Amino acid sequence: MKIHIKSGHLIDPKNNIDSKQDVFIAAGKIAGIGKALDGFVANQTIDARGLIVSPGFVDLSARLREPGSEYKATLKSELQAALAGGVTSLACPPDTDPVLDEPGLVEMLKHRAKQLNLAHVYPLGALTRKLEGKLLTEMCELTQAGCVGFSQADNAITDTQILWRAFEYAATFGYTIFLRAEDYYLAQNGVAHDGEIASRLGLKGIPAAAEGLAIASILRIAQETKTKIHLCRLSTAEGVELVRQAKKQGVQVSADVSTQHCHLTDHDIGYFNAYANLKPPLRSARDKAALCQGLKDGTIDAICSDHTPVDDDAKLLPFTEAEAGASALELLLPLTLKWATENKASMFESIAKITSQPASILAISGGDLSVNADADIAIFNPNTEWKVSASQLKSQGKNTPFLGLSMIGKVQYTLLHGQVAYQS
Amino acid sequence: MQLPDPENLLTEITLKIKAQIEINGIDNSALVGIYSGGVWIMRRILESMQQVIPYGLLDAALYRDDYAERGLKAAPKPAQIPFDVQDKHIILIDDIFYTGRTTRAAMNELFDYGRPASIQLAVLINRGGAQLPIAPNIVGAEILLKANQSLQLSQDTKNKLHLTLEGIIEN
Amino acid sequence: MHNPQLDADGNLKHLLTIEGLPKKILTQILDTAESFVGVAERDIKKVPLLRGKTVCNIFFENSTRTRTTFEIAAKRLSADVINLNVGTSSQSKGETILDTVDNLIAMHADMFVVRHSQSGAVHFIAQHVPDNISVINAGDGRHAHPTQGLLDVFTVRRYKPDMHNLRVALVGDVLHSRVARSEIHALTTLGVPEVRVIAPKTLLPVDVEKLGVHVFHDMKAGLKDVDVVMMLRLQNERMSGALLPSAQEYFKTFGLTQDKLDLAKPDAIVMHPGPMNRGVEIDSSVADGHQSVILPQVTYGIAVRMAVMAILNGGSPSSLRASASEQTGGGA
Repeated sequence: MKIHIKSGHLIDPKNNIDSKQDVFIAAGKIAGIGKALDGFVANQTIDARGLIVSPGFVDLSARLREPGSEYKATLKSELQAALAGGVTSLACPPDTDPVLDEPGLVEMLKHRAKQLNLAHVYPLGALTRKLEGKLLTEMCELTQAGCVGFSQADNAITDTQILWRAFEYAATFGYTIFLRAEDYYLAQNGVAHDGEIASRLGLKGIPAAAEGLAIASILRIAQETKTKIHLCRLSTAEGVELVRQAKKQGVQVSADVSTQHCHLTDHDIGYFNAYANLKPPLRSARDKAALCQGLKDGTIDAICSDHTPVDDDAKLLPFTEAEAGASALELLLPLTLKWATENKASMFESIAKITSQPASILAISGGDLSVNADADIAIFNPNTEWKVSASQLKSQGKNTPFLGLSMIGKVQYTLLHGQVAYQS
Repeated sequence: MQLPDPENLLTEITLKIKAQIEINGIDNSALVGIYSGGVWIMRRILESMQQVIPYGLLDAALYRDDYAERGLKAAPKPAQIPFDVQDKHIILIDDIFYTGRTTRAAMNELFDYGRPASIQLAVLINRGGAQLPIAPNIVGAEILLKANQSLQLSQDTKNKLHLTLEGIIEN
Repeated sequence: MHNPQLDADGNLKHLLTIEGLPKKILTQILDTAESFVGVAERDIKKVPLLRGKTVCNIFFENSTRTRTTFEIAAKRLSADVINLNVGTSSQSKGETILDTVDNLIAMHADMFVVRHSQSGAVHFIAQHVPDNISVINAGDGRHAHPTQGLLDVFTVRRYKPDMHNLRVALVGDVLHSRVARSEIHALTTLGVPEVRVIAPKTLLPVDVEKLGVHVFHDMKAGLKDVDVVMMLRLQNERMSGALLPSAQEYFKTFGLTQDKLDLAKPDAIVMHPGPMNRGVEIDSSVADGHQSVILPQVTYGIAVRMAVMAILNGGSPSSLRASASEQTGGGA
């Protein structure tokens, strides 16, 4: 299938392209950029006038709920949601049921995803068995089965000795460990940021120091064991500063922030809005400002959706009893663009945060439109205004704190393997 | 329309009330004023009496029949009935008698304090328009008004009473 | 964000928390409560305001005391009362909160009085009831207990009518206390110039000063020249969570004894929402002493709850008001 994407504005951060360029696709790969190759005859032409042509987005964390929680969402529904959001590659955390700690499970997941022929799925394997923080998993076997890294999802490892050894073992083989840093004890039973809002609402708070303390330990151990670390879903100003200092000292650390934390604070809990119940919790305006600045100066490398579909019943509960998480794949683009406009960053910089940067963190191919790369492409209109509504979302999870709000920026086409897989 | 001087009306009904108290016997009598106009009038009557007579104050707001539609608009003033209502001859005092509903509410409230021997109603003015089979026993004057007109009693800083008429006036 | 407690005209539709309520609504409730104090002293302790209405006490968290005072208040307004102790019935069979509430709506209840162990649970219920039902928060987690806050300021107002000249001190576990939060909001909204909290650091919420209070860790300094002392209950669990070492040490440092009370003004009053832990937060001699107004608080509690129910229940919801607008109001 030969496709000619005509007259679009190409943004390809890896190859430093930010200009009007045509894109030519053949046999599922990028055949040429800018000028047509001799003898290229297109079967399909996509008129991309006024649109941005970008590598398909790479999302560092999207929960697909398979295996085990199919009543919340399925691979099919969520990968379709991914494509609708322009996401062509995503990493999923290991907190499925059963946990992704066995190579067989990972193979099955990869196989299922491949059969669906929707977005590419890169599983993160469990770092410890059952995520319990006690015994190591067979990291080599899991990597062979398709894992691109190891994670503890939302489960902290409290035993520092075990944490150290897990780091050392992973470092032996050069595996990257993905951790959401939070002190287990300080965060126990907490549902909100420990600040004025939690005090007024009578909610048990998780202090910012819970993240700071955990990041400090993780960075110190990583420094000693020379492990590649990725810190997931930073939420605090102190966390950003710790990462900034560590990078200066040459520690191999990368970090991401969720789209929710770029834009919301604990004020958005309002009158106990269960859709604002997230992990990590939404924090203060000061923390949000530090996160946005951290993205700008490169301390935070990537933006991710942290897509977590939750069934309606689990959110139709009092705030403290509701399940945490937001459905977010389909809002990755507009919320990323919004970060740029609100923080005086360029669209080029913002697209890098969801393409080349996450691809490099996961060490996967994708996130760029080099010649001969897989033709995974997102074509979007950066000016389309649309309203977030439950009926429009393709994800089974309708749980977004942005429900009813206006977004700017909408995906019009998503191409996977050089074929149009989604069209708005 | 010429409005009567409420001070004159007050003098008239005071005489009639005193007469009624004589008939009932002062030991078995009591006055109860309905806020606010009824209470001003009652205080003036008490001032002019030589003998001491038990008296009370009622708002009747908690017994109104329009609570379901209007709710409790203003905070009701607390009722003060410091005497035993049982077997007393009570004279209820109000300023303007109109539909009769306030009187009904006041009577219902009084009955929750005990069983009076009798209740009589004294008002300065009956403006006509009763919506219940209730009528005042002692009246200063009768002035027939239309539904879009309203008569208000007020008291100045020297405790002198004044009447004002609002609404469309026809001669 | 539209305040879920008020209707489109700014009238009280639900009572969920004192926070965010305008001063005039608090004053309306307190002034209305004055007339209900007298009702309890009569032979017939009833007024007909809620005749024919059904008030449902839905207590997801047990409390015989509070439930009883709401029941008495509703009955004195001539309402019918249903008591539902959900902990023991449907909830434990796995029924969701909303299903429990929907069932009660289907039984044509008019007013819900709800207590729940989780902060925000009553707001959640209020968001899901139809327009004609009012919800009163009888305590949600550590968030709010608005009728307690109201009856406490009603008591203060009764004994110290000049609210603009008062020093009030709250003593004890503010961190876990919904009563404390409601008291603080009520006092500050009504213009009490100095509100103090006296507690060890472990029992104070983060950023508590932002609620408009001065923090003291030394009880002697905190009680100096105070007009009102509001004691808070200390629960036994606090000792096991490493928040406090022992009840004895707590009593020594933060318990109210006569000698500490003597540092306050000579005519200072002592309050406690109950139930009291004698010898832990308060000495028996103080609890039973002449400065204690703890028993009157209970009486006022019924009057205040009657006032809240009377204000919430009266007047049709805005959506139905159009059809009733032809009715002329009553006259004499």
